[in-house]
Amino acid sequence: MSHVSEIRVGLATCGIAAGAEPVYSAFEKELAASNASVKLKRVGCIGMCYNEPLVDVVYQDGKLSTYGHVRVEDVTRIVEKHAVGGQPIQDLLVATDGFFDKQVRIVLENCGLIDPESLDEYRAHAGYEALRIALTEMTPQQVIEKVTASGLRGRGGAGFPTGVKWGFAAREPGPEKYFICNGDEGDPGAFMDRSVLEGDPHRVLEGIAIGAYAIGAPHGYFYVRAEYPLAIKRLEKALADATTAGFIGENILGSDFSFEVKIKAGAGAFVCGEETALIASIEGRRGTPRRRPPYPAVSGLWEKPTNINNVETLANVPWIIRHKTEEFTRYGTEKSKGTKVFALAGKVNHSGLVEVPMGMPIKDIVFNIGGGIRDGKGFKAVQIGGPSGGCIPSSLADVPVDYESITETGAIMGSGGLIVLDEKTCMVDLARFFLDFIQKESCGKCTFCRIGTKRMLEILTRICDGEGTGDDLERLLELSEKVKTYSLCGLGQTAPNPVLTTAKYFREEYDAHIVDKTCPAHVCKALIHYEIGPERCKDCKLCTRDCPVQAISQGEGAFQVIDQKICIKCGRCYEVCPFGAIDVQ
Amino acid sequence: MPNPTSQDSEEKTVGIDSFRTSTSSSASVIPLLQQIQNRYGYLSESNLERVSEYTHVPLSSIYGVATFYSQFRLSRPGKHLIRVCQGTACHVLGAGEIMAHFQEQLGIEENETTTDGLFTLESVRCLGCCSLAPAMMIDDETYGRLTRDTVDEILSSYREQEER
Repeated sequence: MSHVSEIRVGLATCGIAAGAEPVYSAFEKELAASNASVKLKRVGCIGMCYNEPLVDVVYQDGKLSTYGHVRVEDVTRIVEKHAVGGQPIQDLLVATDGFFDKQVRIVLENCGLIDPESLDEYRAHAGYEALRIALTEMTPQQVIEKVTASGLRGRGGAGFPTGVKWGFAAREPGPEKYFICNGDEGDPGAFMDRSVLEGDPHRVLEGIAIGAYAIGAPHGYFYVRAEYPLAIKRLEKALADATTAGFIGENILGSDFSFEVKIKAGAGAFVCGEETALIASIEGRRGTPRRRPPYPAVSGLWEKPTNINNVETLANVPWIIRHKTEEFTRYGTEKSKGTKVFALAGKVNHSGLVEVPMGMPIKDIVFNIGGGIRDGKGFKAVQIGGPSGGCIPSSLADVPVDYESITETGAIMGSGGLIVLDEKTCMVDLARFFLDFIQKESCGKCTFCRIGTKRMLEILTRICDGEGTGDDLERLLELSEKVKTYSLCGLGQTAPNPVLTTAKYFREEYDAHIVDKTCPAHVCKALIHYEIGPERCKDCKLCTRDCPVQAISQGEGAFQVIDQKICIKCGRCYEVCPFGAIDVQ
Repeated sequence: MPNPTSQDSEEKTVGIDSFRTSTSSSASVIPLLQQIQNRYGYLSESNLERVSEYTHVPLSSIYGVATFYSQFRLSRPGKHLIRVCQGTACHVLGAGEIMAHFQEQLGIEENETTTDGLFTLESVRCLGCCSLAPAMMIDDETYGRLTRDTVDEILSSYREQEER
C-alpha cells in the first residue's frame, strides 16, 4: 500500500463558491498538527463541479481517492484516518460514475492536477517545453505548418483553422504586430475559459508566446472578462513569474524573439467577443464592430496586423508542439480534429467541466459523462453555443459534436456552453430569454439588430404572456431572416438562432402558447395556475403559512384553497406541500 | 470592489496620478474608469471630467464608454452590491424566482438601493458558475446552489454583521 503524498483542494471559482476556502484552511491546520509529511495543494477545477467542494487524496504512485461535498468538520477525519492512517473514509468518497472514462484531456491536462500559481509545478509537467522547442528547433513557418497540419480550429465558436489564420498575420510586413488572447467569455452558460485560466494559466501564456513567435508579434494582450477576478489574478501572477524566469520578455530563452504581454480586463459587453469590437475596446472606445475587410490580420489593433485567438485554442498549442501531429489528429473527425471542452450544466446530474474527443454523440456527453437528467425527468434538448447557438432536441441526440454536424442542426458549436434541458423547460421562454440577452447586448450599430431584436423580443414576450396572435410566429420567423441577413457582425447574424431552432424543433410549443393559451412545461406564469386537490390536502396549512401574498385560506371543509385573484404564481406552495396535493395546470 | 463608506463626499475628485496607467492616451480610458469605480463604487460626473482632461478624449466619448459597458455605474451603489446571475443554467434552474425573492425581501426593484443604503440589487449575465446554479455574488463573494432559504440566511448574516 502506497503512502499518501499529497492532498489537493479544488479552488477555482466554483469550488470557492461551494465553500472550499475554509476547507483548505482546515487542512492546513490539521496537517500541521498531525506532523504528516503530506503536501497540501491548491488546484484549479477538478471537473466534477457537482460534487464541490472537492478534495483529492493522492498516493505516491499517483493513484487517488476523491472526496466530495467536503465540509470543514470532515477534515479532521480525512487527515487522521486517511492521510495519516492510510484508510479511506468510505462514506465521504464520491464515485466518479464514469465521469472521466470517455474524456480525453489535452486542454485540461493539468487542470485540477497542478497548483496554478506555481511555475515550478507547470515546468514539472513539461511546461514551457513547447516554447523551447518552437524557439530553438523550429522556424516560425514550421510552427505555422505544424499547427495547420494538426487541424486545430478556433475554439471560440467560428472554427476557423488556426494555422491558416496565423499564416495571414505572418505574411504581413513590418515589425509592429499584435497577438491577442480573447478571454471575454461572454456566453451565458459557459465557463471553459475561466476554468483554464484559473487552473492552468501558464499553459495559455505559453500558447500565446508560441503564436506570437509564429506571426512575428512583439506585443501581446489578454482580454479577460472583468467578472472573472480570480482568473485575472492568477494570470497576472503567471505573467510575473514567467517574465522573471525569462519565458516572456527580451530575447526569450536566448533567442532573437522578444515578446511583452499586457492584461486588459473587459468591462462587460458581450459584443466584445467579436474581433473588431474587442480591438475597439482595447483602444479605449465603445465596443462596436466595424466592417471587414480589412481583416485584423491586415489592420487590427492600432491599425497594425493583429491575430486573435480564444483561450482554449491557445491552450491546445503547447500540447500540439510537444507531440507528434498524429497524436492530435487521431482524436476527432475528418474536419474537426482534437478535443472540445464543454461546460456541462443545467438539468443534468453531473454538471462540470468536461473535455471530449470531437465527434462524440451528444447523448454520450449527457448520459455517460453527465449521468443523465436530474430527478429522473425526461431529456428534452441541449442548448449549445449560447445566444448565437440553438436547441438540439433529444431526437437528434446521436448528432456528433463537430463543427459541421452541429451547424447542420441550425445551432453552432460555439465556445462550449452545453446546457441540458428537461421536460420542465419551456422552449418559448428560453427563446425569449436569449432574445432579451441579445437585445440588451446589441451595440446598436445595425438597424435590424438594434430594432429587429427588440420587436422579436416584444413578440416573444407577448406569446409567453398568453397574448400571442395568429401571425406572431410567422412575423417572428420573417424578422429572424432579416436580422440574420442585414447585421454586420456575428452577434446579429446569429441572434435569431435560438428562435429558429426552437421554432423548427418545438413548433407545437409555440402553437400551444398562441392557440391553446397553455404552457406545456408549466413555466410561463400567465398561462398556468395552481390548485389544491381537496381530496389530497391534509389541511396542514404549510402552504398557507408560506404564501407571500396570503392567497391561501380555509376551504369549506378540512382543506385549503387558493384565491386565483390574489395568487402571484410564485410556486412556493407547490414546493412546500409534503403531500403533493397541489397541481399546476 | 465597491465598498464606499459614508465618509466619501458626493463629488470626490480623484487624483488621476495615483492610478496605474501606462499612457495618457485613449487606451487608458477604460482602465482608469475601472480603477476609479473600484475605489469609489461608481463614476461621478466630476471624475468623468477629470479622465477627459487627463486623456484628452472628449467628455462625450468618455460618457459614451461609461454608458456602453455594463460594468460601469453612474450613481452611488449601496454598501453591498448583490449581483444575481441570470445566465442560461441559472435561468432554467430558477434564477427568476431568486431575483423575485430578493426584490420581495429587500423591497426594491432591480438596479435600486435599499433606503438604509445597505444593498444594491443588480442582475448579471453569467458568473461562469453554472454548475452551482442558481448563483450570485455579493461584493467579491460568490454563492451557489441558492434557494429562498439560503438567500434569507445570507441576507440576515449581512444584516447581523452590520448591527455588530
